[in-house]
Amino acid sequence: MIFNIPFIAVVAMIFIGLYALLFKRNLVKMVIGIIIIESGVNLFLISLGYRWFGENGGVVPIFTNAPSEVVNNAPQSMVLPVPQALTLTSIVIGVAVLALMLTLVMHIYKHYGTLDVRKIRRLKE
Amino acid sequence: MEIIDQLIETLQTGSGFWSPIIWILIIMIAFLLIYVIRSFGKKQYKEKTGQTQSFLSGNPEYEKEQMRIKSSNVYWGFTEAMKWIYDVLRKMHNGNASDYVLWFVIVMSILSVILFLVGAVG
Amino acid sequence: MNFLDYTPALIVAIPLFGAFLTPIISKVNEKIRNIFVIIILLITAGLVFLLTQDVFTNGPRAYIFGNANVTIPVVRILFEVDGISMFMAIISITLALLGVIYSWSFMKENDGLDKYYTLVLLLVTSMLGMELTGDMFNFFVFLEISCISSCALIAFYINKGEALEAAFKYIVISAVGALFVLFAVGLFYAQYNALNMATIASVLQFGFLDKIALVLLIVALGMKAGLAPMHMWLPDSYGEAPVSVTFILVAATQASLYGVLRILFTVYGNAFTNFASVISSAIIHWFIIGLALVTILIGVIMALIQTDFKRLIAFAAVAEIGYIFLGIGVGLTSLGVGYGKTALEGGVFHIMNDAFDIGLLFLIAGAVYYATKETSLNKMGGLARNMKYTAVFFIVGLFAVSGLPPFNGFVSKLLIYESTYQLNPIIAIVAILASILLLAVFVKVFYSVFMGPELPNLKDVKEVPKSMLVAMGAIVVIIIIFGLFPNLIINNVVQPATNALVNSSSYISKVISGVM
Repeated sequence: MIFNIPFIAVVAMIFIGLYALLFKRNLVKMVIGIIIIESGVNLFLISLGYRWFGENGGVVPIFTNAPSEVVNNAPQSMVLPVPQALTLTSIVIGVAVLALMLTLVMHIYKHYGTLDVRKIRRLKE
Repeated sequence: MEIIDQLIETLQTGSGFWSPIIWILIIMIAFLLIYVIRSFGKKQYKEKTGQTQSFLSGNPEYEKEQMRIKSSNVYWGFTEAMKWIYDVLRKMHNGNASDYVLWFVIVMSILSVILFLVGAVG
Repeated sequence: MNFLDYTPALIVAIPLFGAFLTPIISKVNEKIRNIFVIIILLITAGLVFLLTQDVFTNGPRAYIFGNANVTIPVVRILFEVDGISMFMAIISITLALLGVIYSWSFMKENDGLDKYYTLVLLLVTSMLGMELTGDMFNFFVFLEISCISSCALIAFYINKGEALEAAFKYIVISAVGALFVLFAVGLFYAQYNALNMATIASVLQFGFLDKIALVLLIVALGMKAGLAPMHMWLPDSYGEAPVSVTFILVAATQASLYGVLRILFTVYGNAFTNFASVISSAIIHWFIIGLALVTILIGVIMALIQTDFKRLIAFAAVAEIGYIFLGIGVGLTSLGVGYGKTALEGGVFHIMNDAFDIGLLFLIAGAVYYATKETSLNKMGGLARNMKYTAVFFIVGLFAVSGLPPFNGFVSKLLIYESTYQLNPIIAIVAILASILLLAVFVKVFYSVFMGPELPNLKDVKEVPKSMLVAMGAIVVIIIIFGLFPNLIINNVVQPATNALVNSSSYISKVISGVM
């Protein structure tokens, strides 16, 4: 049961992010909602690779100066390194998208004078 | 010659065909017929008499710039008759950014419910 | 190791290299920068056509990044190219090349053009990368690159508030969709410990987690392609971007549609035939057909009441995407035999026709905006006296979009009508009625823009410059050739693509068997 807590947290974070995106009116709160969804998906990717070994939990996948029973039982004794690479790529992409979204929010405030998403509706029907 | 054969062969669908050669022939025959029928009309008309004025059921004829129908009123009859569908659609496209994500969540939940409930029962 | 082995990587690397060099070259001179961008796109187009000729005759080709000694199962990033990938790559590179030629004189008096050309080259890189890759996480990375670069291009006119609002809505939708695609890729990695499409396709079983991944992928990628009722970002962003950007964005939305094709036919192809129950497959097929019909109807009915020129064409583009999904949905029901094969051919051919027709209409909207600086249809009139070539091109585009002979829209729509009638007659009736309504929409546009008396404030408009006329004329010639000689295109270009879609085993065996 204790191994399922990260996955339950992932689903909770995605639902909280979708709630902030759907029901909040401020533009900055919508951006925060998108970032919460992205953090949830990154947590999902990282917690896919966790492997338990011995009584100390997961071991970092580095071969230099590792204890001998870790090196002898490799690769089952180490945490998987591939999801860590995927998560790093996703975090960098998230930073770029966040920068672009906040720039657009700044420009929209200069033109419309408000941050309420119900009033920024010049393009309707 | 094989290139020419491949160029002008007809397209066969499962239940019909489209042949450009036959279409071009029929169009040329139709244009010929139109030209023949048009040449049966009169060529002379008297200028500036009642023959060149348009008939508007007795209403006065204004300048062309004032009589022109703007583009949002061209299909007034159609939009007036289909008011029941345009009210629904205009309310759907209200331009609110959260509603765009709401439609995404609605479609995903409908598909998941149908796939898992019906797939589990059936 | 001949030269053709390296072309899949070169096709993506050359525009990326050009995108990084463009800001440096634009400090030297402006004309040299324009010529440099066109030369880069010409080199990429040459490589694309060279690779197409090889793939259509010899079958799929794979390129693995890194060292040449690989073990099975493959854990490296690989590009795998087959018939449908090269079909979409031809469309993307043609639209990109014509768009850059058009924007030589369209964007001439704007500022910040060095950033514009850099972003256009990045967008071309991401489109070609999405279409050539064989790895699911690589597909997600290229999807995000296209989302970021096209959002920055949509917000080009920062002096108007509407363009910024359209760009904000576009990036919210794209970020949410791409995150759900990443969630589905994570689900695939968790179960099968593999990320490339061929390995996943060979071991996929239609379990509970696979159904969740299928739902997430279809709905998220369908939202990026413009499936109703999630289509509302499309008129906003197509209507507010500069016209040459919209022309390239049409190819970018079709790259997401290529993603749906790849997921449904190659990755899940084996699972649909062997492991899925009859009810589950029927639910997915009829769901896609139902959403496609809703898309067609919403697109056409909303296009009748618009008053802005570009927004009206964008709603017609939504309706055309609905036709493509209709062909795909009917083609899934009876795979590879009888009317299903015709429907899939019609849908895939309609991708190419839709790109050219809608692209031509957008170019004409741009030409009218360049000459009169107006976008609202209520304020225009009598332009056919001065802009004769543009009026003739618009008549060709009008007939091609609504499916009248002898243009190319008729050929692909005839294939879709005849095959969907045999599944259920109501589908074909709805599709034909929507085509007639599209004709009504564009006749209204032709009447209010080109016909009528001469307005006093539009008295001295001139014809648009030569480079814009060259781009529009090239597309008109292509439209007429595709309509009059349909078998030339269908036998040589469309049928290899649909055969590559339907036989997923040739795609899988290129990687699994170990012979590169």
